[in-house]
Amino acid sequence: MSISRRKFLGWIGAAGMSATLAKPARAAGAKHFEGYPDTDGVLFDAVKCIGCRRCEAGCNKVNDLPEPEQPFDDLTVLEKTRRTHADTYTVVNKYEVARQKSPLYRKIQCNHCLEPACASACFVRAFTKTETGAVVYDASVCVGCRYCMIACPFEIPTYEYDKALTPRIMKCTMCYPRIKEGLLPGCVEACPTEALTFGKRKDLIKIARERIYRHPDRYEDHIYGEHEMGGTNWLYLSPVPFSRLGMREDLGTTSAPELTAGALGAVPMVVGLWPVLLTGIYAMNKRKEKIARQEQEAAVSSAVSETEARARDNLDKAMEKARADKEKSVETAVKKALEEAAREAETKDSEEES
Amino acid sequence: MSHDAAHSKPVMSPMTVIAGIILIVGLFVTVRRFTGGLAATTNLSDYTPWGLWIGFDLLVGVALAAGGFVTSAAVYIFGMKKFHSAVRPAILTGFLGYALVVFALHYDVGRPWRLPYPFLVQSGTTSILFEVGACVALYLTVLLIEFTPAPLEWLGFKKARNIVVKLTLALTILGVILSTLHQSSLGALFLIAPSKLHPLWYSGYIPIYFFVSAIIAGLSMVIFEGSLTHKHFADKMDEAHLKEKEDVVLGFGKAASFVLAGYFVIKIIGLAVDNEWRYLATGYGAWYLVELLGFIALPCFLYAVGVREKNLNLIQWTSGLAVLGIVVNRLNISLIAFNYHLPADERYFPHWMEFAISIFIVTLGVLVFRFVVTRMPVLYEHPDYEAH
Repeated sequence: MSISRRKFLGWIGAAGMSATLAKPARAAGAKHFEGYPDTDGVLFDAVKCIGCRRCEAGCNKVNDLPEPEQPFDDLTVLEKTRRTHADTYTVVNKYEVARQKSPLYRKIQCNHCLEPACASACFVRAFTKTETGAVVYDASVCVGCRYCMIACPFEIPTYEYDKALTPRIMKCTMCYPRIKEGLLPGCVEACPTEALTFGKRKDLIKIARERIYRHPDRYEDHIYGEHEMGGTNWLYLSPVPFSRLGMREDLGTTSAPELTAGALGAVPMVVGLWPVLLTGIYAMNKRKEKIARQEQEAAVSSAVSETEARARDNLDKAMEKARADKEKSVETAVKKALEEAAREAETKDSEEES
Repeated sequence: MSHDAAHSKPVMSPMTVIAGIILIVGLFVTVRRFTGGLAATTNLSDYTPWGLWIGFDLLVGVALAAGGFVTSAAVYIFGMKKFHSAVRPAILTGFLGYALVVFALHYDVGRPWRLPYPFLVQSGTTSILFEVGACVALYLTVLLIEFTPAPLEWLGFKKARNIVVKLTLALTILGVILSTLHQSSLGALFLIAPSKLHPLWYSGYIPIYFFVSAIIAGLSMVIFEGSLTHKHFADKMDEAHLKEKEDVVLGFGKAASFVLAGYFVIKIIGLAVDNEWRYLATGYGAWYLVELLGFIALPCFLYAVGVREKNLNLIQWTSGLAVLGIVVNRLNISLIAFNYHLPADERYFPHWMEFAISIFIVTLGVLVFRFVVTRMPVLYEHPDYEAH
């Protein structure tokens, strides 16, 4: 089989390209993640919501939640701003907005983030982003640490604080079991106006865009949830800025997992480098100590030998001196003796002479 | 604190009575917690899922228990042998601190028997909390092993004791790695909630702030606790311990002053990077300045003065101020500046039973510490093993 030079180079080039492209492509993919295609979602339209609370009733019914103290057709409940609780997956709040003829309403429930903060924060993976887009919770592994509640930017998950030993996190499931059966979520089914539209998220975005396009006077040019916190499967339209409906507009578009990715990424680096750094410091100190000890020993031994040498020197000198003294004294003694002898001889001679 | 307790032991001293009352109330609240749930014992809500038991018992507890890794690293890695007598008490405090943190978690989480689930059943490795859990569990084990020489000497198990002593360097390095990771991760827990934590306290550097301030907490706790033990357990100390005390206070005070200076600088850098100066003129800004100037800059300066003038008393008082500063910082991040956007009536203030459990747990720690140091060779070297 003959391979032409050109073909061969082409293969090499392709291999090289894919090798170099693979990583940046994946990294870029993570940054520009736009959600799974064909997942379901719901579009809430504040222009069409009349605040009838039928969605709350529908949710309560299909999820077998406890009956509320005040019935769902009692609209005085709306006078107080409410939030989700362990026995209410969704609530509707009323907002009096200046220059609006009638009050506006906004429904709260889990937004089913494309990259959920709760799922990213859970240390037992109790939350799952399902293929339908619904974020569901599994109480069978939940420890009850409530970090998901800290993490959720929409303040959705709630906790059964009154259960001593079996508390669960409670939140909207987008009626995952019903969607699987081909049914509508309880709230959507109960809605008498078209304030809630269920469908594929990508279709809902088109619908929302079209409503804004057709009625620019009625809608803010903003689909809440398209990009907030990386995007959500629930989307919102409003005639006024969303902050007027109690929705935070300062959440940014960074998804929750990205917020912690840097800190998690540093972990293996610490594990890899700290032992090198610390054993290095240890070894340097050990060596410094060793050198200090050696220097000390050397200094001591040189001092010792110096003193020894000096002592020997002194001794030698002393010996020398002693020897010299001795010689001198011997000499003088001999001399003295000789002189004495001479003197004696002299006196003897003179005595003999006399 | 328990000044009288040490001197009038046989009779029921006031401190004994107070400790007894704290224990009884603690047991009562414990029963309430495990029969009535968190609703019956805390003011936690769906807006505020973490209260005093996380803010104080976990975050402050772990930071103040950092003395173990700081001291053992100073002595065994950085070769500061003159602080050797400070290692055992610091390791003991570290171990007790972490053990009590884990104990306190049993009150807070919904199903405490599932605490090992992240490691045994299903792991959520994308969670910062997973990292915290893994490191705390491992480090608690490391501290336990590091402390075993004391009980082994007490019990007379020479061989086992000598094996553990040989592991000292490896355990110290492992301890520093694990401490670096989980001290910083406790701060990183809040990275996921930029919309809830006030911008003055929220920062991409928060993991580094937590780690650096944990070193300050560790150094200050060794001084602070040393001054208390010297007051109450001086009779349990050997000559080396008493002689090295001054070195430890001066050396750790100097180190703390330096680290506080660095911490101050990186806090300012954080403000500049996120350009948050304008918030300083708000109410939260005033409180932030109290933390920055009163609990970081001031102790930094006082430590420096104390070291320069060899004023042990000043250094010891400053250590109390620095420790208080860490408490303030952790409570700011977890409670005071957290959920700053909520209306006042939705904000959290702890229930008295939450305080009761926190005080109960601190009291348990003090009692166990006293039990150990009055029996085991912690503040003195065992006569059979002096050659190390």
